[in-house]
Amino acid sequence: MARIDRIAEPWGTRTPYGSGADWPVRVDTHLAEGVAPEDVDRWVQTASLLHSNGDAMDIAVKDNRIVGVRGRAVDRVNHGRLGPKDLYGWQANASRDRLTKPLIREGGKLVETDWDTAMQRIVDKSKALLAEQGPSALGFYTTGQLFSEEYYTLGTMAHGGIGTNHVDGNTRLCTATAGEALKESFGCDGQPGSYTDVDHADVIALYGHNVAETQAVLWTRMLDRLAGPNPPKIICVDPRRTPVARAATVHLAPRPGTNVALMNGILHEIITNGWVDQEYIRAHTVGYPELEKEVKNYPPALVAEICGVPAEQISEAASIIGHAERLLSTVLQGFYQSNQATAAAVQVNNVNIIRGMLGKPGCGILQMNGQPTAENTRECGADGDLAAFRNWSNDAHIQDLARVWNIDPMSIPHYSPPTHVMQMMRYAEDGSIRMLWVSGTNPAVSLPELARIRGILEQDRLFLVVQDIFLSETAQLADVVLPAATWGEKTGTFTNVDRTVHLSEKAVDPPGEARPDLEIFIDYAHRMGLQDKDGQPLIKWHDPESAFEAWKECTRGRPCDYTGITYAKLRGGSGIQWPCNDENPDGTERIYADGKFWAHPDYCETYGRDLITGAPVEPTEYKALNPEGKAIIKAAEYMPPHELPSQDFPLQLITGRTLYQFHTRTKTGRAPELQAAAPDVWVELSADDAGAYGIAEGDLAEVETPRGSVRAKVRISGIRNGVLFLPFHYGYWDTNGGHQPDGAGRAANELTITDWDAASKQPIFKTAAARVTRISGGDGPSQAPTTTASAPVGDFPEGARTKGIATALADEATGTAGVAR
Amino acid sequence: MKFGLVLEEMHRSENDLAHHLLVVSERHKVDHEIYHLARDLARWSQQHVRDIAHIAKNYGQNLDPEPRSEAGLMETIREKGSGMVGRRPETGMLLLRDLRELYLKACGVSADWELLAQAAQGMKDKNLLALAEKCHPQTIRQMKWANGKLKESATQILVS
Repeated sequence: MARIDRIAEPWGTRTPYGSGADWPVRVDTHLAEGVAPEDVDRWVQTASLLHSNGDAMDIAVKDNRIVGVRGRAVDRVNHGRLGPKDLYGWQANASRDRLTKPLIREGGKLVETDWDTAMQRIVDKSKALLAEQGPSALGFYTTGQLFSEEYYTLGTMAHGGIGTNHVDGNTRLCTATAGEALKESFGCDGQPGSYTDVDHADVIALYGHNVAETQAVLWTRMLDRLAGPNPPKIICVDPRRTPVARAATVHLAPRPGTNVALMNGILHEIITNGWVDQEYIRAHTVGYPELEKEVKNYPPALVAEICGVPAEQISEAASIIGHAERLLSTVLQGFYQSNQATAAAVQVNNVNIIRGMLGKPGCGILQMNGQPTAENTRECGADGDLAAFRNWSNDAHIQDLARVWNIDPMSIPHYSPPTHVMQMMRYAEDGSIRMLWVSGTNPAVSLPELARIRGILEQDRLFLVVQDIFLSETAQLADVVLPAATWGEKTGTFTNVDRTVHLSEKAVDPPGEARPDLEIFIDYAHRMGLQDKDGQPLIKWHDPESAFEAWKECTRGRPCDYTGITYAKLRGGSGIQWPCNDENPDGTERIYADGKFWAHPDYCETYGRDLITGAPVEPTEYKALNPEGKAIIKAAEYMPPHELPSQDFPLQLITGRTLYQFHTRTKTGRAPELQAAAPDVWVELSADDAGAYGIAEGDLAEVETPRGSVRAKVRISGIRNGVLFLPFHYGYWDTNGGHQPDGAGRAANELTITDWDAASKQPIFKTAAARVTRISGGDGPSQAPTTTASAPVGDFPEGARTKGIATALADEATGTAGVAR
Repeated sequence: MKFGLVLEEMHRSENDLAHHLLVVSERHKVDHEIYHLARDLARWSQQHVRDIAHIAKNYGQNLDPEPRSEAGLMETIREKGSGMVGRRPETGMLLLRDLRELYLKACGVSADWELLAQAAQGMKDKNLLALAEKCHPQTIRQMKWANGKLKESATQILVS
């Protein structure tokens, strides 16, 4: 047992292992000051809700209060390990400023009220709008942090009961491209890879995926492989010098917005050199000739010019990928939030497809998620898609869903693609969406071009409902605020990136009158009198387990089949990977083994879209292209970003995240160890650019784009020349501004452009033209973390390096009992 | 030979489509996807104009290789105007009208490419056929985009 500062050492102590071996167990624990393990009254099973990795853990409860967490040794995902956000983030639950009573707006101010009054106000408004305009007046915008049971209830209620097409989640901002890229290549959402592929891979290629910060425990797994015998080679594509880049065999740092050109260059080399599996391509794919034809136009010399990456590096990376025997590819925001998001992510799929590297140990694709329950938002239809990956343009699927819900198929809006959040904002702007119900997310900080978003949300004619655990920037603009329970205060299931389903049990009561999101949605559905076609209540479940059973029935026979999972089965052991059913009672580690896909025209979730224009592919076209349901190889030409550097704005701005904070910091900003590790916004630039602009580490600088400005202390880091980086976490709830800037801007999204990928509808946060100006000198280095991608370059005072406050010491136990599956 | 007329018409209709895409883009700046995509797709037609002018020389035709110029000052005015009317419902009907016209124009250009490809085969002109094979799929994508946008936008605009 060791005690270490997990702020200073985010990934903890190495437990090296070799290719094909089991990842050793290491149990990480953090308890409140003065609490020893033997003092704990009970340990309650859950998994992390502060990132998408799905780290399984137990909550320590003493005197009916949460007093800490411990990783679950038996779980397949983390083998006992926890990341910094897991170790310290739980403390936010007990914050004094939790919402404990419903609020309604009276005379321009939010005042406390009771649940009946608050709910009645929402119901009255809903009914009036339905009578006056119909379902098109109502929109629902949810999150990536509720549970399956809640999303399924919301989706059923909105699609099947209200009948609106305006349903989306903030997963649109983080994981929409993951889902879309999988749908484009395989006809259906569903992660081809498994975390165990890390144990077997000989090459791991990470595309725009700073796994060290976004999924710290998955990086720990990779670090342990790197420290063991026969380590994998790492290929990193990232304009910043991330921890992954520092560990990489080849680090490609392309110009922001040029990912498709880079991928086409890599594919050019792979195809030209014949590093492809022709037999696999013939037997299991369609579309290869188009790819061959397209990538002919992208020789490394040309790509080098477009991307600003040496041609030799492109060839070297391609050669390593081309010679891999077990290739694991992972993708995240560097691709998803950049120009041509879906087209770029699909080219990564193409690499694994044409090399025949799918469905075998070490051969996988992880189109990563950003948020902890993003997968469920997608599965349950709370992102607008229909429940259980049903195809909105396949009438048979609509009829089947109508059967499950016992309603008329015409009641399910399926006349056009679901309305994504940016379009919902547009409808709220033009006045045709008149009620917006936001649950568990904070668009007033997380959406692009915040001045515009605030202007929309502040309109008197928009009735805004916010359901949250704190008075977020968005909640401050609401007409009704509903206090919700969170992780540890309610029960439900959620699913991580690699399809592992975990149960998260209630450990303590929520504060005050706060209620689980599930109860709130069911209450609304009943008050609205939503019924099935026999006059029975549409929502036929009443608690988490009955909701889960209903959800299971909805998934029967679909790719994300949950029918073999029960709460009882999830209790005590490891999480279980779907599909889990009669044929696969213990779940399924790898899908797409033997080149079998879910892409048959009658079964697929979508017929796809044009990767450039986003136009939906017609059913007849899809049937002609892919009658047997093979993997679909889609090529794409490079298109330059819509906003390019100019004389006025000569730099490129990318936004992103840091290891120690999550989303808009509603929780992590209230955990002392995490907040101290990354207390305020900073801007990163390269040493060359700093020299050119006469800016030094710690100076106060102003970053401007055509949309606004932000002031931040400067960190001189290993970022690519010509590129600025701002973390997007920092809004205004802990400033005098409340929900908006009080003087200089702080939120990165003051600067971002209103533009999105035409296929996935994911906003583009990583391609904006910008300029930087020095405002004043600093009184020391910036407080940006030094342990991560924001690590300083050049001379840096030792005492200013990131370390934990006194309470940051956590326990690590290696070699203990407990065998992970 | 009547083929010269086909080239001339092709050149005119691609120019017209490019221009209309730009006009629609400017007029609907508050509908950001329309704004950005229409500009992207206008570039395809502008390139087609250059390609047609280039190949037309082989048939003794002197067509302007430079696409019709962008609207310049008018552009700024339209963009500002669109920002101001963005909160009014009538802009929705205008959008549907514009997308419908765009779709029909793209259909026309698509038919022109059919004519050109048929003629190219009759004249055994491989370069001309290759040009049609390169450009026509892009025209079809422009058409499908306009049609898809029309379909996607219609319900909210017509039933709100």
